[in-house]
Amino acid sequence: MQASRPRERRQPVILALGVIGLALLVLPLLGLILRAPWGQLGELFVRQEVLQALGLSLLTATLSTGLSLILGIPLAVLLSHSVHWKVLPRRLLRAAITIPLVLPPVVGGIALLLLLGRRGILGQWLTQVGITIPFTTGAVVLAQTFVAMPFLVFAVEGALRSADRRSELAAASLGASPWQIFRLVTVPLTAPGIAAGAVLCFARALGEFGATITFAGSFPGVTRTLPIASYLAMNSDPDTAIALALVLLAVSLGVLLALRDRWLPGTA
Amino acid sequence: MTFELTVSARIPRPAFDVVVELKADPGSVLAVVGPNGAGKSSAIAAIAGFTESHGTIRLGDKDLAGLPADQRRIGVMFQDLLLFPHLTVRENVAFSAKVRGGRWSAARRSADPWLSRFGMADLAERYPSALSGGQAQRVALARALASEPKALLLDEPLAALDVEFRDEVRADLGLRLRQFAGPTILVTHDREDVEVLADEVIVLEAGRITQRGSLADLARNPATAWIARFTGAQGRRDADDVRYG
Repeated sequence: MQASRPRERRQPVILALGVIGLALLVLPLLGLILRAPWGQLGELFVRQEVLQALGLSLLTATLSTGLSLILGIPLAVLLSHSVHWKVLPRRLLRAAITIPLVLPPVVGGIALLLLLGRRGILGQWLTQVGITIPFTTGAVVLAQTFVAMPFLVFAVEGALRSADRRSELAAASLGASPWQIFRLVTVPLTAPGIAAGAVLCFARALGEFGATITFAGSFPGVTRTLPIASYLAMNSDPDTAIALALVLLAVSLGVLLALRDRWLPGTA
Repeated sequence: MTFELTVSARIPRPAFDVVVELKADPGSVLAVVGPNGAGKSSAIAAIAGFTESHGTIRLGDKDLAGLPADQRRIGVMFQDLLLFPHLTVRENVAFSAKVRGGRWSAARRSADPWLSRFGMADLAERYPSALSGGQAQRVALARALASEPKALLLDEPLAALDVEFRDEVRADLGLRLRQFAGPTILVTHDREDVEVLADEVIVLEAGRITQRGSLADLARNPATAWIARFTGAQGRRDADDVRYG
Protein backbone atom coordinates (compact mmCIF):
# COMPACT_ATOMS: atom_id res chain seq x y z
CA MET A 1 0.00 0.00 0.00
CA GLN A 2 1.28 3.43 -0.93
CA ALA A 3 0.90 6.14 1.65
CA SER A 4 0.33 9.66 0.38
CA ARG A 5 3.24 10.91 2.43
CA PRO A 6 6.13 9.10 4.07
CA ARG A 7 5.28 7.80 7.50
CA GLU A 8 7.04 9.68 10.23
CA ARG A 9 9.44 7.62 12.30
CA ARG A 10 8.53 7.72 15.92
CA GLN A 11 10.95 9.82 17.91
CA PRO A 12 10.13 9.17 21.56
CA VAL A 13 12.62 11.69 22.93
CA ILE A 14 11.43 14.48 20.67
CA LEU A 15 7.82 13.62 21.40
CA ALA A 16 8.38 13.67 25.17
CA LEU A 17 10.26 16.97 25.14
CA GLY A 18 7.65 18.51 22.87
CA VAL A 19 4.84 17.50 25.19
CA ILE A 20 6.72 18.90 28.20
CA GLY A 21 7.25 22.14 26.29
CA LEU A 22 3.57 22.37 25.51
CA ALA A 23 2.69 21.63 29.14
CA LEU A 24 4.97 24.44 30.26
CA LEU A 25 3.00 26.85 28.07
CA VAL A 26 -0.48 25.58 28.85
CA LEU A 27 -0.49 24.25 32.43
CA PRO A 28 0.09 27.59 34.22
CA LEU A 29 -2.86 29.15 32.39
CA LEU A 30 -4.93 26.06 33.12
CA GLY A 31 -3.95 26.39 36.78
CA LEU A 32 -5.06 30.01 36.75
CA ILE A 33 -8.43 29.06 35.35
CA LEU A 34 -8.86 26.09 37.75
CA ARG A 35 -7.87 28.04 40.87
CA ALA A 36 -9.97 31.07 40.01
CA PRO A 37 -12.58 31.86 42.65
CA TRP A 38 -15.37 31.56 40.13
CA GLY A 39 -18.09 31.87 42.80
CA GLN A 40 -16.84 35.28 43.93
CA LEU A 41 -15.79 36.65 40.57
CA GLY A 42 -18.89 38.81 40.16
CA GLU A 43 -18.24 40.41 43.50
CA LEU A 44 -14.46 40.78 42.88
CA PHE A 45 -14.92 42.43 39.52
CA VAL A 46 -16.99 45.28 40.92
CA ARG A 47 -14.50 46.14 43.66
CA GLN A 48 -13.29 49.67 43.35
CA GLU A 49 -9.60 48.77 43.05
CA VAL A 50 -10.34 46.32 40.24
CA LEU A 51 -12.59 48.70 38.32
CA GLN A 52 -10.13 51.52 38.83
CA ALA A 53 -7.20 49.49 37.52
CA LEU A 54 -9.26 48.15 34.62
CA GLY A 55 -10.47 51.62 33.64
CA LEU A 56 -6.98 53.07 33.87
CA SER A 57 -5.52 50.22 31.83
CA LEU A 58 -8.12 50.53 29.08
CA LEU A 59 -7.66 54.31 28.99
CA THR A 60 -3.86 54.28 28.86
CA ALA A 61 -3.63 51.36 26.41
CA THR A 62 -6.10 53.14 24.11
CA LEU A 63 -4.17 56.41 24.33
CA SER A 64 -0.81 54.75 23.73
CA THR A 65 -2.25 52.83 20.77
CA GLY A 66 -3.56 56.12 19.38
CA LEU A 67 -0.17 57.78 19.89
CA SER A 68 1.52 54.78 18.26
CA LEU A 69 -0.80 55.09 15.24
CA ILE A 70 -0.11 58.81 14.84
CA LEU A 71 3.66 58.42 15.12
CA GLY A 72 4.16 54.78 14.13
CA ILE A 73 2.53 54.80 10.67
CA PRO A 74 4.77 57.63 9.40
CA LEU A 75 7.73 55.85 11.02
CA ALA A 76 6.77 52.66 9.14
CA VAL A 77 6.63 54.65 5.89
CA LEU A 78 10.09 56.04 6.66
CA LEU A 79 11.34 52.53 7.41
CA SER A 80 9.93 51.18 4.14
CA HIS A 81 11.57 54.05 2.22
CA SER A 82 14.88 53.31 3.92
CA VAL A 83 15.53 50.45 1.48
CA HIS A 84 16.81 53.18 -0.84
CA TRP A 85 19.18 54.57 1.78
CA LYS A 86 22.82 53.77 2.41
CA VAL A 87 23.46 50.62 4.42
CA LEU A 88 24.52 52.19 7.72
CA PRO A 89 21.64 54.64 8.30
CA ARG A 90 19.20 51.99 7.12
CA ARG A 91 20.48 49.48 9.69
CA LEU A 92 20.62 52.08 12.44
CA LEU A 93 16.98 53.01 11.85
CA ARG A 94 15.84 49.40 11.96
CA ALA A 95 17.94 48.72 15.05
CA ALA A 96 16.52 51.75 16.84
CA ILE A 97 12.99 50.49 16.29
CA THR A 98 13.89 46.93 17.27
CA ILE A 99 15.66 47.78 20.54
CA PRO A 100 12.48 48.32 22.61
CA LEU A 101 11.31 44.87 21.48
CA VAL A 102 14.34 43.08 22.90
CA LEU A 103 15.14 45.43 25.76
CA PRO A 104 13.96 44.49 29.29
CA PRO A 105 11.09 46.92 29.90
CA VAL A 106 12.63 48.02 33.24
CA VAL A 107 15.60 49.36 31.30
CA GLY A 108 13.18 51.33 29.15
CA GLY A 109 11.60 52.74 32.29
CA ILE A 110 14.96 53.80 33.73
CA ALA A 111 15.92 55.37 30.39
CA LEU A 112 12.66 57.31 30.24
CA LEU A 113 13.25 58.51 33.81
CA LEU A 114 16.76 59.69 32.92
CA LEU A 115 15.40 61.60 29.94
CA LEU A 116 12.17 63.03 31.35
CA GLY A 117 12.64 62.77 35.14
CA ARG A 118 12.96 65.88 37.30
CA ARG A 119 16.72 65.97 36.78
CA GLY A 120 16.57 64.31 33.39
CA ILE A 121 18.15 65.66 30.24
CA LEU A 122 14.85 67.07 28.97
CA GLY A 123 13.00 66.78 32.24
CA GLN A 124 14.91 69.58 33.98
CA TRP A 125 13.79 72.01 31.30
CA LEU A 126 10.22 70.74 31.44
CA THR A 127 10.21 71.12 35.21
CA GLN A 128 11.20 74.77 34.85
CA VAL A 129 8.15 75.47 32.69
CA GLY A 130 5.96 73.59 35.11
CA ILE A 131 5.60 70.25 33.30
CA THR A 132 6.23 67.07 35.28
CA ILE A 133 5.83 63.80 33.48
CA PRO A 134 7.09 60.98 35.72
CA PHE A 135 4.57 59.27 38.01
CA THR A 136 1.59 60.65 36.10
CA THR A 137 -0.94 58.93 33.84
CA GLY A 138 0.91 60.56 30.93
CA ALA A 139 4.02 58.70 32.02
CA VAL A 140 2.08 55.42 31.83
CA VAL A 141 1.08 56.26 28.25
CA LEU A 142 4.68 57.13 27.30
CA ALA A 143 6.06 53.94 28.88
CA GLN A 144 3.46 51.82 27.06
CA THR A 145 4.10 53.59 23.77
CA PHE A 146 7.84 53.01 24.16
CA VAL A 147 7.44 49.26 24.44
CA ALA A 148 4.39 48.77 22.17
CA MET A 149 4.89 51.07 19.16
CA PRO A 150 7.53 48.86 17.48
CA PHE A 151 4.91 46.10 17.09
CA LEU A 152 2.74 48.50 15.12
CA VAL A 153 5.64 49.86 13.08
CA PHE A 154 6.74 46.42 11.92
CA ALA A 155 3.18 45.26 11.16
CA VAL A 156 2.53 48.36 9.04
CA GLU A 157 5.91 48.09 7.34
CA GLY A 158 5.04 44.53 6.31
CA ALA A 159 1.72 45.72 4.88
CA LEU A 160 3.43 48.54 2.99
CA ARG A 161 5.87 46.09 1.49
CA SER A 162 3.13 43.81 0.18
CA ALA A 163 0.79 46.55 -1.10
CA ASP A 164 1.24 47.69 -4.71
CA ARG A 165 3.03 50.97 -4.17
CA ARG A 166 2.59 51.93 -7.82
CA SER A 167 -0.97 53.00 -6.97
CA GLU A 168 0.82 55.94 -5.37
CA LEU A 169 2.29 56.84 -8.77
CA ALA A 170 -1.18 56.73 -10.31
CA ALA A 171 -2.37 59.08 -7.56
CA ALA A 172 0.53 61.46 -8.19
CA SER A 173 -0.25 61.59 -11.91
CA LEU A 174 -3.80 62.61 -10.95
CA GLY A 175 -2.44 65.58 -9.04
CA ALA A 176 -2.29 64.21 -5.49
CA SER A 177 0.35 65.75 -3.21
CA PRO A 178 2.51 63.42 -1.12
CA TRP A 179 0.31 64.05 1.93
CA GLN A 180 -2.88 63.35 -0.07
CA ILE A 181 -1.32 60.18 -1.44
CA PHE A 182 -0.51 59.06 2.10
CA ARG A 183 -4.01 59.82 3.36
CA LEU A 184 -6.14 58.72 0.40
CA VAL A 185 -4.12 55.80 -0.99
CA THR A 186 -1.33 54.49 1.25
CA VAL A 187 -3.26 54.32 4.52
CA PRO A 188 -6.44 52.72 3.07
CA LEU A 189 -4.41 50.19 1.08
CA THR A 190 -2.54 49.11 4.20
CA ALA A 191 -5.56 49.26 6.51
CA PRO A 192 -5.56 45.53 7.35
CA GLY A 193 -1.91 45.71 8.41
CA ILE A 194 -2.57 48.87 10.39
CA ALA A 195 -5.49 47.19 12.18
CA ALA A 196 -3.43 44.11 13.02
CA GLY A 197 -0.57 46.30 14.24
CA ALA A 198 -2.93 48.34 16.39
CA VAL A 199 -4.35 45.21 18.03
CA LEU A 200 -0.86 43.86 18.79
CA CYS A 201 0.18 47.27 20.06
CA PHE A 202 -2.88 47.50 22.31
CA ALA A 203 -2.25 44.04 23.74
CA ARG A 204 1.38 44.83 24.50
CA ALA A 205 0.45 48.18 26.06
CA LEU A 206 -2.20 46.54 28.23
CA GLY A 207 0.31 44.05 29.61
CA GLU A 208 3.07 46.59 30.20
CA PHE A 209 4.59 46.32 33.68
CA GLY A 210 8.33 46.94 33.98
CA ALA A 211 8.68 50.27 32.20
CA THR A 212 5.46 51.54 33.75
CA ILE A 213 6.31 50.79 37.39
CA THR A 214 9.80 52.24 36.95
CA PHE A 215 8.80 55.43 35.16
CA ALA A 216 5.27 55.97 36.47
CA GLY A 217 5.16 54.14 39.78
CA SER A 218 2.03 52.65 41.29
CA PHE A 219 -0.48 55.25 42.41
CA PRO A 220 -4.04 53.95 42.59
CA GLY A 221 -6.20 55.57 39.95
CA VAL A 222 -3.26 57.42 38.41
CA THR A 223 -0.63 54.90 37.37
CA ARG A 224 -1.67 51.56 38.92
CA THR A 225 -2.66 49.59 35.82
CA LEU A 226 -4.06 46.05 35.80
CA PRO A 227 -0.73 44.19 35.69
CA ILE A 228 0.66 46.30 38.54
CA ALA A 229 -2.51 45.97 40.61
CA SER A 230 -2.50 42.23 40.01
CA TYR A 231 1.13 41.90 41.10
CA LEU A 232 0.59 43.97 44.25
CA ALA A 233 -2.60 42.11 45.18
CA MET A 234 -0.75 38.78 45.03
CA ASN A 235 0.78 39.53 48.48
CA SER A 236 -2.35 40.62 50.26
CA ASP A 237 -5.36 39.33 48.39
CA PRO A 238 -4.63 36.45 45.98
CA ASP A 239 -8.27 36.14 44.90
CA THR A 240 -8.30 39.70 43.60
CA ALA A 241 -4.96 39.09 41.91
CA ILE A 242 -6.38 36.04 40.16
CA ALA A 243 -9.47 37.98 39.08
CA LEU A 244 -7.28 40.75 37.63
CA ALA A 245 -5.13 38.16 35.89
CA LEU A 246 -8.23 36.56 34.39
CA VAL A 247 -9.26 39.90 32.91
CA LEU A 248 -5.86 40.24 31.25
CA LEU A 249 -6.03 36.65 30.00
CA ALA A 250 -9.48 37.28 28.51
CA VAL A 251 -8.20 40.36 26.68
CA SER A 252 -5.24 38.38 25.32
CA LEU A 253 -7.55 35.66 24.04
CA GLY A 254 -9.64 38.36 22.40
CA VAL A 255 -6.54 39.64 20.64
CA LEU A 256 -5.72 36.12 19.51
CA LEU A 257 -9.21 35.80 18.03
CA ALA A 258 -8.98 39.18 16.33
CA LEU A 259 -5.73 38.22 14.64
CA ARG A 260 -6.34 34.56 13.93
CA ASP A 261 -6.77 34.95 10.17
CA ARG A 262 -3.74 37.14 9.72
CA TRP A 263 -1.08 35.94 12.09
CA LEU A 264 -1.68 32.31 12.81
CA PRO A 265 -0.43 30.29 9.88
CA GLY A 266 -2.61 27.47 8.65
CA THR A 267 -5.94 28.98 9.62
CA ALA A 268 -6.28 31.42 6.75
CA MET B 1 -0.08 72.69 -26.77
CA THR B 2 2.81 70.92 -28.37
CA PHE B 3 4.73 68.40 -26.34
CA GLU B 4 8.44 68.73 -27.00
CA LEU B 5 10.98 66.91 -24.96
CA THR B 6 14.48 65.64 -24.63
CA VAL B 7 14.88 63.36 -21.67
CA SER B 8 17.59 61.00 -20.63
CA ALA B 9 17.06 58.60 -17.78
CA ARG B 10 19.23 55.87 -16.35
CA ILE B 11 17.88 52.34 -16.24
CA PRO B 12 19.33 50.47 -13.26
CA ARG B 13 19.40 46.86 -14.50
CA PRO B 14 20.88 46.34 -17.02
CA ALA B 15 22.36 49.79 -16.55
CA PHE B 16 22.12 52.03 -19.59
CA ASP B 17 20.83 55.45 -20.51
CA VAL B 18 17.62 56.03 -22.39
CA VAL B 19 17.69 59.14 -24.50
CA VAL B 20 14.44 60.24 -26.05
CA GLU B 21 13.81 63.32 -28.09
CA LEU B 22 10.35 63.79 -29.46
CA LYS B 23 7.68 66.20 -30.46
CA ALA B 24 3.97 65.50 -30.34
CA ASP B 25 1.42 67.98 -31.65
CA PRO B 26 -1.88 68.83 -30.00
CA GLY B 27 -4.53 66.28 -30.85
CA SER B 28 -2.04 63.84 -32.33
CA VAL B 29 -0.96 60.41 -31.13
CA LEU B 30 2.72 59.56 -31.20
CA ALA B 31 3.49 55.87 -30.78
CA VAL B 32 6.71 54.69 -29.18
CA VAL B 33 7.60 51.15 -30.15
CA GLY B 34 10.65 48.95 -29.69
CA PRO B 35 11.81 45.60 -28.40
CA ASN B 36 11.36 44.58 -24.77
CA GLY B 37 13.86 46.27 -22.49
CA ALA B 38 14.53 49.11 -24.94
CA GLY B 39 13.56 51.66 -22.29
CA LYS B 40 10.03 52.57 -23.43
CA SER B 41 8.45 52.36 -20.00
CA SER B 42 11.45 54.09 -18.42
CA ALA B 43 10.96 56.97 -20.83
CA ILE B 44 7.29 57.19 -19.85
CA ALA B 45 8.19 57.14 -16.15
CA ALA B 46 10.72 59.91 -16.69
CA ILE B 47 8.24 62.06 -18.64
CA ALA B 48 5.54 61.54 -16.00
CA GLY B 49 7.99 62.52 -13.27
CA PHE B 50 8.07 59.17 -11.48
CA THR B 51 11.82 58.75 -11.84
CA GLU B 52 14.79 61.04 -12.00
CA SER B 53 15.78 62.25 -15.43
CA HIS B 54 17.77 64.94 -17.18
CA GLY B 55 16.78 67.18 -20.03
CA THR B 56 13.84 69.35 -20.90
CA ILE B 57 10.15 68.51 -21.04
CA ARG B 58 8.27 71.34 -22.66
CA LEU B 59 4.52 71.38 -22.83
CA GLY B 60 3.53 74.49 -24.75
CA ASP B 61 5.81 77.13 -23.31
CA LYS B 62 6.13 75.54 -19.88
CA ASP B 63 9.14 73.45 -18.81
CA LEU B 64 7.96 70.59 -16.64
CA ALA B 65 11.34 69.01 -16.02
CA GLY B 66 11.81 70.42 -12.55
CA LEU B 67 8.27 69.73 -11.36
CA PRO B 68 7.14 66.77 -9.25
CA ALA B 69 4.72 64.32 -10.88
CA ASP B 70 1.64 65.77 -9.20
CA GLN B 71 2.24 69.22 -10.73
CA ARG B 72 2.95 68.16 -14.32
CA ARG B 73 -0.68 67.70 -15.39
CA ILE B 74 0.23 64.74 -17.51
CA GLY B 75 -2.40 62.01 -17.51
CA VAL B 76 -0.99 58.49 -17.31
CA MET B 77 -2.62 55.20 -18.16
CA PHE B 78 -0.63 52.25 -16.89
CA GLN B 79 -0.29 48.85 -18.46
CA ASP B 80 -2.02 47.22 -15.48
CA LEU B 81 -4.27 50.30 -15.08
CA LEU B 82 -3.61 50.65 -11.32
CA LEU B 83 -7.17 51.53 -10.44
CA PHE B 84 -7.50 52.20 -6.72
CA PRO B 85 -8.88 48.93 -5.36
CA HIS B 86 -10.39 50.54 -2.25
CA LEU B 87 -12.42 53.09 -4.22
CA THR B 88 -15.51 52.63 -6.38
CA VAL B 89 -15.53 53.38 -10.10
CA ARG B 90 -17.11 56.73 -9.34
CA GLU B 91 -14.48 57.55 -6.71
CA ASN B 92 -11.66 56.48 -9.00
CA VAL B 93 -12.90 58.92 -11.64
CA ALA B 94 -13.55 61.58 -8.96
CA PHE B 95 -10.09 61.19 -7.39
CA SER B 96 -8.50 64.11 -9.25
CA ALA B 97 -11.39 66.41 -8.32
CA LYS B 98 -11.04 65.29 -4.71
CA VAL B 99 -7.32 66.09 -4.56
CA ARG B 100 -7.82 69.43 -6.30
CA GLY B 101 -9.61 70.40 -3.14
CA GLY B 102 -13.02 69.90 -1.74
CA ARG B 103 -15.12 67.18 -0.32
CA TRP B 104 -15.79 63.71 -1.57
CA SER B 105 -19.48 64.55 -2.05
CA ALA B 106 -18.72 67.37 -4.51
CA ALA B 107 -15.98 65.34 -6.20
CA ARG B 108 -18.31 62.36 -6.65
CA ARG B 109 -20.88 64.56 -8.39
CA SER B 110 -18.22 65.99 -10.70
CA ALA B 111 -17.57 62.46 -11.96
CA ASP B 112 -21.11 62.13 -13.35
CA PRO B 113 -20.49 63.63 -16.81
CA TRP B 114 -17.47 61.36 -17.28
CA LEU B 115 -19.38 58.29 -16.18
CA SER B 116 -22.18 58.95 -18.64
CA ARG B 117 -19.84 59.93 -21.47
CA PHE B 118 -18.01 56.63 -21.00
CA GLY B 119 -21.25 54.67 -20.63
CA MET B 120 -20.37 53.62 -17.11
CA ALA B 121 -23.22 55.13 -15.10
CA ASP B 122 -24.47 51.68 -14.12
CA LEU B 123 -20.99 50.62 -12.99
CA ALA B 124 -20.44 53.67 -10.81
CA GLU B 125 -20.77 51.99 -7.44
CA ARG B 126 -18.74 48.89 -8.32
CA TYR B 127 -15.24 48.25 -7.09
CA PRO B 128 -12.48 47.61 -9.63
CA SER B 129 -12.31 43.92 -8.68
CA ALA B 130 -15.85 43.50 -10.08
CA LEU B 131 -15.04 44.93 -13.53
CA SER B 132 -14.18 43.14 -16.76
CA GLY B 133 -10.89 43.95 -18.44
CA GLY B 134 -12.54 46.25 -20.98
CA GLN B 135 -14.56 48.04 -18.33
CA ALA B 136 -11.50 48.58 -16.13
CA GLN B 137 -9.65 49.95 -19.13
CA ARG B 138 -12.40 52.51 -19.75
CA VAL B 139 -12.40 53.53 -16.08
CA ALA B 140 -8.64 54.07 -16.21
CA LEU B 141 -8.96 56.28 -19.29
CA ALA B 142 -11.89 58.22 -17.81
CA ARG B 143 -9.92 58.69 -14.59
CA ALA B 144 -6.91 60.04 -16.48
CA LEU B 145 -9.02 62.37 -18.67
CA ALA B 146 -11.11 63.61 -15.72
CA SER B 147 -7.94 65.12 -14.25
CA GLU B 148 -7.98 67.44 -17.30
CA PRO B 149 -4.40 66.70 -18.30
CA LYS B 150 -2.52 68.79 -20.83
CA ALA B 151 -0.98 65.64 -22.33
CA LEU B 152 -1.58 61.89 -22.10
CA LEU B 153 0.84 59.01 -21.68
CA LEU B 154 -0.49 55.55 -22.41
CA ASP B 155 1.78 52.66 -21.45
CA GLU B 156 0.64 49.50 -23.25
CA PRO B 157 -3.02 50.39 -22.60
CA LEU B 158 -4.39 47.24 -24.25
CA ALA B 159 -1.78 44.69 -23.23
CA ALA B 160 -3.74 43.44 -20.22
CA LEU B 161 -6.84 42.61 -22.28
CA ASP B 162 -7.80 39.26 -23.74
CA VAL B 163 -7.11 39.19 -27.47
CA GLU B 164 -10.79 38.66 -28.33
CA PHE B 165 -11.79 42.00 -26.76
CA ARG B 166 -8.77 43.96 -27.84
CA ASP B 167 -10.10 45.12 -31.24
CA GLU B 168 -13.30 46.48 -29.78
CA VAL B 169 -11.59 48.29 -26.91
CA ARG B 170 -8.93 49.63 -29.25
CA ALA B 171 -11.58 51.12 -31.56
CA ASP B 172 -13.25 52.72 -28.55
CA LEU B 173 -9.92 54.07 -27.30
CA GLY B 174 -9.30 55.55 -30.75
CA LEU B 175 -12.59 57.44 -30.66
CA ARG B 176 -11.88 58.85 -27.22
CA LEU B 177 -8.34 59.87 -28.10
CA ARG B 178 -9.63 61.78 -31.11
CA GLN B 179 -11.69 63.91 -28.72
CA PHE B 180 -8.65 64.70 -26.58
CA ALA B 181 -7.19 68.06 -27.52
CA GLY B 182 -3.69 67.57 -26.14
CA PRO B 183 -0.81 65.46 -27.44
CA THR B 184 -0.75 61.75 -26.64
CA ILE B 185 2.24 59.46 -26.35
CA LEU B 186 1.38 55.79 -26.72
CA VAL B 187 3.86 53.06 -25.80
CA THR B 188 3.04 49.75 -27.38
CA HIS B 189 4.55 46.57 -28.76
CA ASP B 190 1.52 45.88 -30.96
CA ARG B 191 1.64 46.91 -34.61
CA GLU B 192 -2.15 46.95 -34.70
CA ASP B 193 -2.21 49.67 -32.00
CA VAL B 194 0.08 51.83 -34.09
CA GLU B 195 -1.98 51.32 -37.21
CA VAL B 196 -5.32 52.16 -35.60
CA LEU B 197 -4.34 54.75 -33.01
CA ALA B 198 -1.14 56.56 -33.98
CA ASP B 199 -0.32 59.35 -36.40
CA GLU B 200 3.42 58.93 -36.11
CA VAL B 201 5.88 56.41 -34.70
CA ILE B 202 9.26 56.54 -33.09
CA VAL B 203 11.29 53.40 -32.59
CA LEU B 204 13.37 52.98 -29.45
CA GLU B 205 16.08 50.33 -29.41
CA ALA B 206 18.54 49.91 -26.54
CA GLY B 207 17.78 53.37 -25.27
CA ARG B 208 18.21 55.19 -28.58
CA ILE B 209 15.75 56.30 -31.24
CA THR B 210 16.54 54.38 -34.39
CA GLN B 211 13.79 55.68 -36.66
CA ARG B 212 10.80 57.98 -36.77
CA GLY B 213 8.02 58.59 -39.26
CA SER B 214 4.67 57.15 -40.25
CA LEU B 215 4.10 53.42 -40.08
CA ALA B 216 4.10 53.39 -43.87
CA ASP B 217 7.47 55.15 -43.96
CA LEU B 218 8.90 52.62 -41.56
CA ALA B 219 7.51 49.71 -43.55
CA ARG B 220 8.86 51.10 -46.79
CA ASN B 221 12.29 51.84 -45.50
CA PRO B 222 13.05 50.15 -42.17
CA ALA B 223 16.29 51.31 -40.59
CA THR B 224 16.91 48.18 -38.53
CA ALA B 225 16.13 44.49 -38.66
CA TRP B 226 13.78 44.88 -35.70
CA ILE B 227 11.78 47.58 -37.49
CA ALA B 228 11.57 45.41 -40.55
CA ARG B 229 10.17 42.58 -38.47
CA PHE B 230 7.80 44.92 -36.63
CA THR B 231 6.32 46.48 -39.73
CA GLY B 232 5.85 43.13 -41.41
CA ALA B 233 7.70 40.62 -43.52
CA GLN B 234 7.22 42.84 -46.55
CA GLY B 235 10.06 45.22 -45.95
CA ARG B 236 12.30 42.72 -44.28
CA ARG B 237 14.54 41.66 -47.11
CA ASP B 238 14.93 45.19 -48.35
CA ALA B 239 15.90 46.27 -44.88
CA ASP B 240 18.55 43.61 -44.58
CA ASP B 241 19.81 44.59 -48.01
CA VAL B 242 20.05 48.22 -47.03
CA ARG B 243 21.71 47.55 -43.72
CA TYR B 244 23.95 44.63 -44.40
CA GLY B 245 23.79 44.14 -48.16
